[in-house]
Amino acid sequence: MIGLEHYLMVATILFVIGVFGIFLNRKNIIVILMSIELMLLAVNINLVSFSVYLEDLTGQVFTLFVLTVAAAEAAIGLAILVCFHRNRKSIAVDDVSLMKG
Amino acid sequence: MLIQTLAFYFFAVLAIFAGLFVVRSRNPVYGVLWLILAFLSSAGLFVLQGAEFVAMLMVIVYVGAVAVLFLFVVMMLDVDFATLRAGMARYIPIGLLIGGVLLMMLGIEIGNWKFSDSADELRQSPTPLPETTHNTLALGQVIYTDYVLLFQLAGLILLVAMVGAIVLTHRRRTGVKRQDSVEQIYRDPSKSIELKDIRLPEGNEK
Repeated sequence: MIGLEHYLMVATILFVIGVFGIFLNRKNIIVILMSIELMLLAVNINLVSFSVYLEDLTGQVFTLFVLTVAAAEAAIGLAILVCFHRNRKSIAVDDVSLMKG
Repeated sequence: MLIQTLAFYFFAVLAIFAGLFVVRSRNPVYGVLWLILAFLSSAGLFVLQGAEFVAMLMVIVYVGAVAVLFLFVVMMLDVDFATLRAGMARYIPIGLLIGGVLLMMLGIEIGNWKFSDSADELRQSPTPLPETTHNTLALGQVIYTDYVLLFQLAGLILLVAMVGAIVLTHRRRTGVKRQDSVEQIYRDPSKSIELKDIRLPEGNEK
Protein backbone atom coordinates (compact mmCIF):
# COMPACT_ATOMS: atom_id res chain seq x y z
CA MET A 1 0.00 0.00 0.00
CA ILE A 2 1.23 3.45 -0.84
CA GLY A 3 1.84 5.43 2.33
CA LEU A 4 1.09 9.02 3.16
CA GLU A 5 4.71 10.08 2.71
CA HIS A 6 4.67 9.16 -0.98
CA TYR A 7 1.77 11.51 -1.66
CA LEU A 8 3.38 14.24 0.42
CA MET A 9 6.59 13.86 -1.58
CA VAL A 10 4.73 14.24 -4.89
CA ALA A 11 3.02 17.35 -3.53
CA THR A 12 6.34 18.75 -2.31
CA ILE A 13 8.01 18.23 -5.68
CA LEU A 14 5.10 19.87 -7.49
CA PHE A 15 5.22 22.83 -5.10
CA VAL A 16 8.96 23.28 -5.62
CA ILE A 17 8.45 23.09 -9.39
CA GLY A 18 5.93 25.90 -9.02
CA VAL A 19 8.40 28.04 -7.07
CA PHE A 20 11.11 27.23 -9.59
CA GLY A 21 8.80 28.25 -12.44
CA ILE A 22 8.21 31.67 -10.88
CA PHE A 23 11.96 32.25 -10.69
CA LEU A 24 12.58 30.93 -14.17
CA ASN A 25 9.86 32.83 -16.04
CA ARG A 26 9.93 36.06 -14.12
CA LYS A 27 9.07 38.12 -17.17
CA ASN A 28 6.09 36.14 -18.40
CA ILE A 29 2.98 36.71 -16.30
CA ILE A 30 1.07 33.85 -17.94
CA VAL A 31 3.64 31.25 -16.91
CA ILE A 32 3.82 32.78 -13.43
CA LEU A 33 0.05 32.33 -13.10
CA MET A 34 0.39 28.74 -14.29
CA SER A 35 3.12 28.15 -11.70
CA ILE A 36 0.79 29.47 -9.00
CA GLU A 37 -1.84 27.00 -10.20
CA LEU A 38 0.73 24.20 -9.84
CA MET A 39 1.49 25.29 -6.28
CA LEU A 40 -2.21 25.33 -5.41
CA LEU A 41 -2.49 21.86 -6.94
CA ALA A 42 0.28 20.67 -4.61
CA VAL A 43 -1.60 22.15 -1.65
CA ASN A 44 -4.71 20.28 -2.76
CA ILE A 45 -2.81 16.98 -2.95
CA ASN A 46 -1.54 17.59 0.60
CA LEU A 47 -5.01 18.36 1.94
CA VAL A 48 -6.60 15.33 0.31
CA SER A 49 -3.78 13.02 1.44
CA PHE A 50 -4.11 14.04 5.08
CA SER A 51 -7.89 13.93 4.81
CA VAL A 52 -7.82 10.35 3.53
CA TYR A 53 -5.13 9.23 5.96
CA LEU A 54 -6.83 10.67 9.05
CA GLU A 55 -10.29 9.74 7.76
CA ASP A 56 -11.47 13.29 8.28
CA LEU A 57 -13.56 14.88 5.53
CA THR A 58 -12.63 18.44 6.49
CA GLY A 59 -9.52 18.31 4.32
CA GLN A 60 -11.54 17.50 1.23
CA VAL A 61 -14.00 20.29 2.04
CA PHE A 62 -11.13 22.72 2.23
CA THR A 63 -9.84 21.44 -1.10
CA LEU A 64 -13.08 22.71 -2.59
CA PHE A 65 -12.43 26.16 -1.15
CA VAL A 66 -8.86 26.19 -2.42
CA LEU A 67 -10.25 25.23 -5.82
CA THR A 68 -12.73 28.12 -5.65
CA VAL A 69 -10.05 30.63 -4.78
CA ALA A 70 -7.76 29.26 -7.50
CA ALA A 71 -10.47 29.60 -10.13
CA ALA A 72 -11.33 33.15 -9.01
CA GLU A 73 -7.66 34.09 -8.95
CA ALA A 74 -7.08 32.76 -12.45
CA ALA A 75 -10.12 34.60 -13.80
CA ILE A 76 -9.18 37.94 -12.22
CA GLY A 77 -5.49 37.56 -13.05
CA LEU A 78 -6.16 36.84 -16.69
CA ALA A 79 -8.68 39.71 -16.86
CA ILE A 80 -6.06 42.11 -15.50
CA LEU A 81 -3.60 40.66 -18.01
CA VAL A 82 -5.95 41.25 -20.95
CA CYS A 83 -6.65 44.79 -19.69
CA PHE A 84 -2.93 45.49 -19.33
CA HIS A 85 -2.10 44.06 -22.74
CA ARG A 86 -4.77 46.29 -24.28
CA ASN A 87 -3.15 49.38 -22.81
CA ARG A 88 0.55 48.59 -23.13
CA LYS A 89 0.72 45.96 -25.93
CA SER A 90 2.99 43.90 -23.73
CA ILE A 91 2.71 41.49 -20.82
CA ALA A 92 6.28 41.74 -19.56
CA VAL A 93 6.51 42.08 -15.79
CA ASP A 94 9.13 44.80 -16.16
CA ASP A 95 6.64 47.04 -17.94
CA VAL A 96 4.25 47.04 -14.99
CA SER A 97 5.66 50.24 -13.59
CA LEU A 98 2.80 52.57 -14.38
CA MET A 99 1.75 52.86 -10.77
CA LYS A 100 5.12 53.44 -9.16
CA GLY A 101 4.83 56.16 -6.60
CA MET B 1 -2.19 -3.93 -4.51
CA LEU B 2 0.42 -4.14 -7.22
CA ILE B 3 -1.83 -2.39 -9.68
CA GLN B 4 -2.45 0.37 -7.15
CA THR B 5 1.27 0.84 -6.59
CA LEU B 6 1.97 0.91 -10.30
CA ALA B 7 -0.86 3.36 -10.89
CA PHE B 8 0.43 5.60 -8.12
CA TYR B 9 3.92 5.75 -9.60
CA PHE B 10 2.53 6.24 -13.09
CA PHE B 11 0.38 9.19 -12.07
CA ALA B 12 3.03 10.66 -9.76
CA VAL B 13 5.75 10.60 -12.41
CA LEU B 14 3.33 11.93 -15.00
CA ALA B 15 2.30 14.82 -12.73
CA ILE B 16 5.87 15.76 -11.90
CA PHE B 17 7.09 15.64 -15.49
CA ALA B 18 4.05 17.58 -16.69
CA GLY B 19 4.81 20.20 -14.03
CA LEU B 20 8.40 20.44 -15.19
CA PHE B 21 7.34 20.87 -18.79
CA VAL B 22 4.85 23.60 -17.79
CA VAL B 23 7.75 25.56 -16.37
CA ARG B 24 10.18 24.82 -19.18
CA SER B 25 7.88 25.08 -22.19
CA ARG B 26 8.96 27.42 -24.98
CA ASN B 27 5.44 28.18 -26.06
CA PRO B 28 2.81 28.92 -23.37
CA VAL B 29 0.20 27.06 -25.44
CA TYR B 30 2.17 23.85 -24.90
CA GLY B 31 2.60 24.92 -21.27
CA VAL B 32 -1.16 25.04 -20.81
CA LEU B 33 -1.51 21.59 -22.39
CA TRP B 34 1.10 20.19 -19.99
CA LEU B 35 -0.77 21.90 -17.14
CA ILE B 36 -3.89 20.01 -18.22
CA LEU B 37 -1.91 16.75 -18.08
CA ALA B 38 -0.66 17.61 -14.58
CA PHE B 39 -4.23 18.26 -13.41
CA LEU B 40 -5.49 15.03 -14.98
CA SER B 41 -2.77 12.91 -13.40
CA SER B 42 -3.34 14.47 -9.99
CA ALA B 43 -7.03 13.68 -10.46
CA GLY B 44 -5.87 10.09 -10.97
CA LEU B 45 -3.99 10.30 -7.67
CA PHE B 46 -7.15 11.51 -5.95
CA VAL B 47 -9.13 8.59 -7.37
CA LEU B 48 -6.47 6.22 -6.02
CA GLN B 49 -6.92 7.75 -2.59
CA GLY B 50 -10.68 7.32 -2.72
CA ALA B 51 -11.53 11.01 -3.05
CA GLU B 52 -13.59 10.66 -6.21
CA PHE B 53 -15.58 13.85 -5.84
CA VAL B 54 -12.51 16.06 -5.57
CA ALA B 55 -10.98 14.20 -8.52
CA MET B 56 -13.97 14.84 -10.75
CA LEU B 57 -14.12 18.44 -9.56
CA MET B 58 -10.48 18.76 -10.51
CA VAL B 59 -11.21 17.56 -14.04
CA ILE B 60 -14.27 19.76 -14.44
CA VAL B 61 -13.05 22.97 -12.81
CA TYR B 62 -9.36 22.93 -13.67
CA VAL B 63 -9.30 21.20 -17.04
CA GLY B 64 -12.71 22.39 -18.14
CA ALA B 65 -12.60 25.97 -16.94
CA VAL B 66 -9.25 27.26 -15.70
CA ALA B 67 -7.01 25.63 -18.30
CA VAL B 68 -9.37 26.56 -21.12
CA LEU B 69 -9.38 30.14 -19.81
CA PHE B 70 -5.59 30.14 -19.90
CA LEU B 71 -5.57 28.69 -23.40
CA PHE B 72 -8.09 31.29 -24.53
CA VAL B 73 -6.02 34.19 -23.18
CA VAL B 74 -2.72 32.81 -24.48
CA MET B 75 -4.16 32.47 -27.95
CA MET B 76 -6.00 35.79 -27.85
CA LEU B 77 -3.05 37.93 -26.85
CA ASP B 78 -0.60 38.68 -29.59
CA VAL B 79 2.62 38.45 -27.61
CA ASP B 80 6.12 37.69 -28.74
CA PHE B 81 7.06 35.05 -26.23
CA ALA B 82 10.64 34.79 -27.44
CA THR B 83 11.54 38.21 -26.03
CA LEU B 84 9.93 37.30 -22.73
CA ARG B 85 12.21 34.30 -22.52
CA ALA B 86 15.34 36.33 -23.05
CA GLY B 87 17.64 36.22 -20.05
CA MET B 88 15.95 33.13 -18.74
CA ALA B 89 19.24 31.25 -18.47
CA ARG B 90 20.45 33.83 -15.95
CA TYR B 91 17.73 32.84 -13.51
CA ILE B 92 18.24 29.08 -13.73
CA PRO B 93 21.05 28.88 -11.10
CA ILE B 94 19.26 30.98 -8.47
CA GLY B 95 16.01 29.16 -9.19
CA LEU B 96 17.69 25.77 -8.85
CA LEU B 97 19.39 26.90 -5.64
CA ILE B 98 16.21 28.11 -3.98
CA GLY B 99 14.22 25.16 -5.32
CA GLY B 100 16.83 22.70 -4.09
CA VAL B 101 17.01 24.26 -0.64
CA LEU B 102 13.22 24.33 -0.36
CA LEU B 103 12.97 20.71 -1.53
CA MET B 104 15.58 19.58 1.00
CA MET B 105 13.89 21.46 3.84
CA LEU B 106 10.47 20.02 3.00
CA GLY B 107 12.02 16.56 2.50
CA ILE B 108 13.56 16.69 5.98
CA GLU B 109 10.19 17.77 7.29
CA ILE B 110 8.41 14.85 5.62
CA GLY B 111 10.95 12.37 6.97
CA ASN B 112 10.58 13.52 10.58
CA TRP B 113 7.12 14.02 11.88
CA LYS B 114 4.31 12.14 13.58
CA PHE B 115 0.68 12.67 14.33
CA SER B 116 -0.23 13.96 17.76
CA ASP B 117 -1.74 11.37 20.08
CA SER B 118 -4.98 13.30 20.18
CA ALA B 119 -5.24 13.51 16.37
CA ASP B 120 -8.08 10.99 16.37
CA GLU B 121 -10.24 12.93 18.81
CA LEU B 122 -9.54 16.23 17.07
CA ARG B 123 -11.20 15.15 13.82
CA GLN B 124 -13.91 17.62 12.86
CA SER B 125 -15.97 15.42 10.57
CA PRO B 126 -14.90 11.76 10.58
CA THR B 127 -15.41 9.93 7.31
CA PRO B 128 -18.34 7.52 7.41
CA LEU B 129 -17.72 3.94 6.33
CA PRO B 130 -17.15 3.73 2.58
CA GLU B 131 -19.41 0.67 2.42
CA THR B 132 -22.46 2.62 3.57
CA THR B 133 -21.75 6.16 2.37
CA HIS B 134 -19.78 6.92 -0.73
CA ASN B 135 -17.45 9.88 -1.00
CA THR B 136 -19.79 12.32 -2.75
CA LEU B 137 -22.67 11.67 -0.36
CA ALA B 138 -20.41 11.99 2.68
CA LEU B 139 -18.98 15.28 1.43
CA GLY B 140 -22.44 16.62 0.69
CA GLN B 141 -23.60 15.76 4.20
CA VAL B 142 -20.72 17.81 5.59
CA ILE B 143 -20.71 20.75 3.17
CA TYR B 144 -24.41 21.55 3.40
CA THR B 145 -24.53 21.35 7.19
CA ASP B 146 -21.32 22.25 9.02
CA TYR B 147 -19.73 24.30 6.26
CA VAL B 148 -22.77 25.90 4.70
CA LEU B 149 -21.63 29.44 5.53
CA LEU B 150 -18.20 28.86 3.99
CA PHE B 151 -19.88 27.25 1.00
CA GLN B 152 -22.06 30.32 0.43
CA LEU B 153 -19.05 32.60 0.85
CA ALA B 154 -17.17 30.56 -1.76
CA GLY B 155 -20.07 31.17 -4.12
CA LEU B 156 -19.90 34.87 -3.32
CA ILE B 157 -16.17 34.90 -4.10
CA LEU B 158 -16.90 33.36 -7.49
CA LEU B 159 -19.62 35.92 -8.14
CA VAL B 160 -17.30 38.81 -7.28
CA ALA B 161 -14.58 37.30 -9.46
CA MET B 162 -17.00 36.99 -12.36
CA VAL B 163 -18.23 40.57 -12.02
CA GLY B 164 -14.65 41.81 -11.64
CA ALA B 165 -13.44 39.97 -14.72
CA ILE B 166 -16.31 41.34 -16.80
CA VAL B 167 -15.78 44.91 -15.55
CA LEU B 168 -12.06 44.71 -16.24
CA THR B 169 -12.26 43.33 -19.75
CA HIS B 170 -15.43 45.00 -21.00
CA ARG B 171 -15.05 48.09 -23.14
CA ARG B 172 -17.43 50.19 -25.20
CA ARG B 173 -16.11 50.74 -28.65
CA THR B 174 -16.93 53.94 -30.47
CA GLY B 175 -17.98 54.02 -34.11
CA VAL B 176 -19.83 50.71 -33.98
CA LYS B 177 -23.51 50.40 -34.91
CA ARG B 178 -25.43 49.20 -31.92
CA GLN B 179 -29.05 48.38 -31.20
CA ASP B 180 -30.77 50.84 -28.86
CA SER B 181 -33.99 49.21 -27.75
CA VAL B 182 -35.31 52.25 -25.84
CA GLU B 183 -35.01 54.39 -28.92
CA GLN B 184 -36.70 51.69 -30.97
CA ILE B 185 -39.63 51.45 -28.57
CA TYR B 186 -40.21 55.20 -28.41
CA ARG B 187 -40.00 55.71 -32.17
CA ASP B 188 -43.03 57.66 -33.42
CA PRO B 189 -44.66 56.37 -36.65
CA SER B 190 -45.83 59.83 -37.62
CA LYS B 191 -42.24 61.04 -37.75
CA SER B 192 -40.84 58.09 -39.63
CA ILE B 193 -43.36 57.65 -42.47
CA GLU B 194 -44.23 60.23 -45.06
CA LEU B 195 -47.22 59.63 -47.37
CA LYS B 196 -47.35 61.29 -50.76
CA ASP B 197 -49.95 61.40 -53.51
CA ILE B 198 -48.68 60.31 -56.88
CA ARG B 199 -49.67 62.45 -59.80
CA LEU B 200 -50.47 60.30 -62.79
CA PRO B 201 -49.30 59.78 -65.42
CA GLU B 202 -46.09 61.76 -65.14
CA GLY B 203 -45.23 60.58 -61.58
CA ASN B 204 -43.49 62.49 -58.89
CA GLU B 205 -40.31 64.28 -59.68
CA LYS B 206 -37.97 65.05 -56.93
